[in-house]
Amino acid sequence: MIELVEVSKRYGAAGARWAVHDLSLAVADGELIAVLGESGSGKTTVLKLVNRLLEPDAGAIRVGGRDVRGEDPVALRRTIGYVIQHAGLLPHLSVADNVAMVPRLLGWQRADIASRVDELLALVGLPPDEFRGRYPDQLSGGQRQRVGVARALAARPRLVLLDEPFGALDPITRATLQGELARIHRELGLTTLLVTHDLVEALTLADRIVVMRAGEIRQIATPHQLLTAPADDYVARLVEAVRAQGRRLLALAESPEQPEHDRG
Amino acid sequence: MTVGELGGLIAGVVPLLAAHLVLVLVALAVAAAIGLPLAVALARRPRLAASVVTVAGAIQTVPSLALLALMVPVIAATDGLGVGVSSFGFAPAAIALTLYALLPIVRNAIAGLRGVDPAAVEAARGMGMAPWQLLRLVELPLAAPVIAAGIRTASVWTVGTATLATPIGQACLGNYIFAGLQTRNWAMLLIGVIAAAALALGLDAILAAAERAVSRRPRGRLTVPVAGLAALIAVVLGAPHLADGPAPAAGPATAPVADHARAAPVRQVRIGAKTFTEQYILAELLRQRLAARGLAAQLVESLGSNVVFDALRRGDLDAYVDYSGTLWTTQLQRDRGAPGWQILAEVEGYLAGAQVRSLGPLGFQDAYALAVRRDTATRLGLHGVGDLAPHAPRMALGADYEFLSRREWAAVRTAYGLQFARTASFDPALLYEAVARGEVDVISAFSSDGRIAAYDLVVLDDPAAALPSYDAMILLGPRVAGDPEVLCALAPLRGALSVELMRRANLRVDRDREPPRAAAAWLLGQVTIAEACPPPAGAPR
Repeated sequence: MIELVEVSKRYGAAGARWAVHDLSLAVADGELIAVLGESGSGKTTVLKLVNRLLEPDAGAIRVGGRDVRGEDPVALRRTIGYVIQHAGLLPHLSVADNVAMVPRLLGWQRADIASRVDELLALVGLPPDEFRGRYPDQLSGGQRQRVGVARALAARPRLVLLDEPFGALDPITRATLQGELARIHRELGLTTLLVTHDLVEALTLADRIVVMRAGEIRQIATPHQLLTAPADDYVARLVEAVRAQGRRLLALAESPEQPEHDRG
Repeated sequence: MTVGELGGLIAGVVPLLAAHLVLVLVALAVAAAIGLPLAVALARRPRLAASVVTVAGAIQTVPSLALLALMVPVIAATDGLGVGVSSFGFAPAAIALTLYALLPIVRNAIAGLRGVDPAAVEAARGMGMAPWQLLRLVELPLAAPVIAAGIRTASVWTVGTATLATPIGQACLGNYIFAGLQTRNWAMLLIGVIAAAALALGLDAILAAAERAVSRRPRGRLTVPVAGLAALIAVVLGAPHLADGPAPAAGPATAPVADHARAAPVRQVRIGAKTFTEQYILAELLRQRLAARGLAAQLVESLGSNVVFDALRRGDLDAYVDYSGTLWTTQLQRDRGAPGWQILAEVEGYLAGAQVRSLGPLGFQDAYALAVRRDTATRLGLHGVGDLAPHAPRMALGADYEFLSRREWAAVRTAYGLQFARTASFDPALLYEAVARGEVDVISAFSSDGRIAAYDLVVLDDPAAALPSYDAMILLGPRVAGDPEVLCALAPLRGALSVELMRRANLRVDRDREPPRAAAAWLLGQVTIAEACPPPAGAPR
């Protein structure tokens, strides 16, 4: 479905640094891939190279077997769902108009758009009659991100890109939305590329995890492989941090009187 | 002032209001048409945007009156390009106001576009909006409130600044303000000011409604503001026809719109006047003489003194009264005085070469002269200008706007070695009062001004003849120079006006608050005119 072959992208004043360096990655149809990394690791760059918000300096990117450089970038983006942190809803448009934007750009019939909007709002758990006419500033952060997901899915894309979609949400909302994303991904048979800096999110949602650091891939693995066989020291420390968290949580649950503290 | 006169003044302001509104709307529309695309182009180029905003800001710092006046020679310079735009009146005024309106429009539009949430822009690009769709569907709607605020600011500024279009020959509310100030007609002045304020508020209210409509969600319809604007235009442009019946009796300033609305005149002579009382009276006097021969005339008043001569030469004006000494210094560029006959002869020779016809001297002079209060003259023993020299370092000189930068002043200063402690420019209407009240010690007075006698001022002799003589003379432009009817009406005025009569006529306006129209009628009744032509058939005498 998606193939990145030896892709490089420079950034900085004179292209002095690599945002992504010699990166290769193949995503199969129906996979949910998490691209994991800290800020500056190049994970968002990977996403933007796929829908041509950025152009690579070297290498090839293919979506559905076709090189994206041969596609009109505007037409290409309309076939790819895109969700960003804080949703990026258009504040002057109602929820319905936000969701309807891509079908409108594609010139769908008015009636088709209206029924599609209701269908999608229902899919992301927002009762259409209640939310259709609201405006982004009348929504909670979680509701806004649900609308963001609905908007990305409006024109029935096969491929969805999500850039830290749950990063700014409170834990309960985040967990709920993570569950719904997994459900929607399965129900619609999507191919999904999820950028995140949260290893737990990656572990719980993804079929495979791509660990990035400084523009390069450190490991591509299933959650189980990652936990059991980290490829290098960096991945190992990453995994150990989460494992330590898990042990502490278990210890807390078993002996609540003597919580373990970090001192110093 | 009677109720009838007040009614006449109010009726007379309507065509000026219409001309003012048209001028402002054209300037705003052009400024928006240039400024908004410019802002869109600049919004993503911060460095270029900064330079453009700086240039627009620099234009703002040019005093508005100067910017307006500057447009006259600028447009005149395009003559050779075959553009064929009159450098007088509407075109220079509209261009200057457009330049003025650009800054708030461009600056706000850039700020508005830059302020659009980058997340919204990224999401919009990521979902597949083409650049122009991004602009139309996201950036412009989100920036609209800030853009609209810029247009509102520009509209209020433009309504105010447009009042200064009068001196370059564009009819506007400034006509009432300038003429009201010069002729001390406070009612006229106030009506002009109130009309301008009402127009500014009305326009602002309409634009505010438009701003609310574009900011509201869901986006409001622009029906109300558009209807408001249409109604404003309809009322102001339609009103001259309503006021058609009794022709505005008191307003000396008559806009073209009103004249076109009247019963079709055979022809129309455009008479100019500079910004002082005598000029209003003489323009009115010319009009009444032409009217007596059945010729319609339109007055274009309160013009700058260089603007008026150029307008005549280019055929934008047909007639006005100028002074030999003024032409001697400003057009012939002479910097010292000469005997009156020589100045007159050289000026007439120059005019013939400039395709301007002179009808000869009217019979009186309106010369620049230095004047002081009688008690000052007595105390210091002042008789001639030279007597001022030892006292000048402790004295203040008051002058009209032009005098201090004119060659006459340089000549006087050099000839008598004058070095004043302080100089101040005043509106001519306030100059005499300023010296009478002791605000200044010496003023540049006009010898035909009735207020010299009214305030009991002493005119100082000029034995070195540093100041030229200023014979008043009627000048005709190319359109009417050979017109027998116009010549029948105006040529007999040659030599008909004595300085004593002119002073009394000036005083009737300056002190007695008579309208220039009445003072002109009075003046015509006082003089004996040897008619050169038989009365026109059927015309009332």
